[in-house]
Amino acid sequence: MPFYRSHILVCAGTGCVSSGSLTLEEQFNESLSAHGLEREVQVVRTGCFGLCEAGPICIVYPEGSFYTRVESKDVNRIVEEHLLKGRVVKELLFQDKSNHKNDAQQSIKEVDFYKKQDRVALKNCGVINPELIEEYIAFDGYQALGKVLSEMTPVEVIQTIKESGLRGRGGGGFLTGLKWEFAKNTTDDVKYVGCNADEGDPGAFMDRSVLEGDPHAVIEAMAINAYAIGAKKGFVYIRAEYPIAVKRLGIAIAQAKDMGLLGENILGTDFTFDLEIRLGAGAFVCGEETALIASIEGQRGMPRPKPPFPAHKGLFGQPTVINNVETYAVVPQIILKGVDWFRTYGTPNSPGTKVFALGGKIVNTGLVEISMGTTLREVIFDIGGGIPNGNTFKAVQTGGPSGGCLTKDHLDTPIDFDTLTSLGSMMGSGGMIVVDNQNCMVDFARFFLDFTVDESCGKCTPCREGTKRMHEILDRITQGQGTLEDLDKLESLSASIKDSSLCGLGQTAPNPVLSTLKYFKDEYIAHVVDKKCPAGVCKELLSIVIDERCIGCTACTKVCPVNCIAGERKSLHVIDQEKCIKCGACIDKCPVKCIVKG
Amino acid sequence: MKSLAELKALRDKALEAITMRTDQDMTRIVIGMATCGIASGAREVMATLIEEIEVREIKAISVQPTGCMGMCALEPMLEIHRSGEAPVTYVALDAQKVKRIVHEHLVNGQVVSDYVIGKYI
Repeated sequence: MPFYRSHILVCAGTGCVSSGSLTLEEQFNESLSAHGLEREVQVVRTGCFGLCEAGPICIVYPEGSFYTRVESKDVNRIVEEHLLKGRVVKELLFQDKSNHKNDAQQSIKEVDFYKKQDRVALKNCGVINPELIEEYIAFDGYQALGKVLSEMTPVEVIQTIKESGLRGRGGGGFLTGLKWEFAKNTTDDVKYVGCNADEGDPGAFMDRSVLEGDPHAVIEAMAINAYAIGAKKGFVYIRAEYPIAVKRLGIAIAQAKDMGLLGENILGTDFTFDLEIRLGAGAFVCGEETALIASIEGQRGMPRPKPPFPAHKGLFGQPTVINNVETYAVVPQIILKGVDWFRTYGTPNSPGTKVFALGGKIVNTGLVEISMGTTLREVIFDIGGGIPNGNTFKAVQTGGPSGGCLTKDHLDTPIDFDTLTSLGSMMGSGGMIVVDNQNCMVDFARFFLDFTVDESCGKCTPCREGTKRMHEILDRITQGQGTLEDLDKLESLSASIKDSSLCGLGQTAPNPVLSTLKYFKDEYIAHVVDKKCPAGVCKELLSIVIDERCIGCTACTKVCPVNCIAGERKSLHVIDQEKCIKCGACIDKCPVKCIVKG
Repeated sequence: MKSLAELKALRDKALEAITMRTDQDMTRIVIGMATCGIASGAREVMATLIEEIEVREIKAISVQPTGCMGMCALEPMLEIHRSGEAPVTYVALDAQKVKRIVHEHLVNGQVVSDYVIGKYI
């Protein structure tokens, strides 16, 4: 077996790929050959390391040197200095912005971003090459399946998952073991297991990273699930907008089949399990499990009333267990390392960890995995690096279009399923968007409603009509045409939509509005009573005014795209408020900063 | 794969190839690869070392280049660090000497006193 003394791990998650990491991979290979190092150093493609804001990322082992924002021009230098001569290129290492340390972090283990994280679901992401089943196997891959098939009965498997307290990571938070048990106890011959890889929340990419970086974890978990409930066939429903994940999953399934880890008589037992990929077609609602089932069946993706629940009557009318990607990702480890190990992470009611896609106004945008019970403050400031550009934290939105926002008063809330719900938000699938003082909360709520109105399938009236009416009201408010009655109408509409919508999309669509109304009522009132947008975002409510500090330099008059600034040299310039389109070009240009938004 | 035993064997074999990405304790070999080293033939020493490690299937080992250790006249040089043992520095190396070091020190645990730095200063 060839011995490579060094590995260069190049992140090939979608984020880094779109920043050119695959070109870097090629260039590293070329440079290594040119220096005669190709027999000593291996270039390895891996999944997402998580610190997406600093990509493309390359890690050199055995040192663990964490190179960030790597460009083509850096490749030869890294090869000549580090790989050939052993001199780590300090200027290209990750610099921890929040710490103002002078020495660049040497190794990935010392980076602040990773210190507070517990990478459990993401254990292999960024460590193995997802396109090589051997690397998954090297880190105990498929051992759990082997253990289950040779030492455990289906009942014992379910018991283990139940005792672990694992709850669905797709947002529902239902006890996974219990769902498996419901399906197991049905008497049907034909049962199915499914994986929900639709991940429609805007800004969420947790599941994508697991599938791109460690697809075998999901395959193995689905096989374990099938064994436990008595299924022989599984489907992974994955959105078509994830081409890299689809490709990697396809390669993984083929390799598993080749090795006899999928198909008939797995590992020499009489257990048979086959897995198929089904692509979504761009509908957020197909992340709802009954709509997902309808889609696989070839029907239009629309939800069905529950009960009956899919565990009793699902795909093609048969008992079906559908779990989220991240829920599956930890199953093999729970089987191998045990319930007690899993419960060392997290809280008693929410054991384990959760992956969050941290985005918005934050320094370290990327993927973060933390033990449940970690506080919002730790995630946003210690791991996330806080708010950039000297702005102040205003709110954090969790749960995407189904969730709510929390304010600085809630920063010390420990994150778990129940705490966030009790405050009017929810953990959801893991999207976490931070907003600062320059964001308008009314506009923010409208953004989410934009999305849900678009994605509503139209089947039930409360969602189809109700969310549209709410959106219209929010639109008018941001344009200065709202009234106080509108705020009451928003509340009552929200209540009826939540109460009577057929599925989770409608039932949770009002959440962003309700939570912003609860915690930022003053902003709504400013919009409807004073006709002002305190954050300076809603254009119709803005006036841009030149104050008396104007030096009459005419610079602004020249950049105005609609020529609405009148002014002679050395005299006070005036903006015509009727013509002004509030683009802000004059503000950027003014040398004395005398133009203000109000 | 027809059995769990086969899976375990594959795992052990595959793990050798990527141990360096883990926290596992490894024997660390550091080879001087500055200009003085390269000019004296450290690249051939590196290549021979790697070949020997492959042929003898030595496990849990990491090989890293390093800068000038200062005694340029004694290049090529390498150091072996093993937990629980004092580090050993070998100097004035060539391919033949490296083969002997791998066989006697790495495999059989015997320091090759003929080549240690103490013999040359």
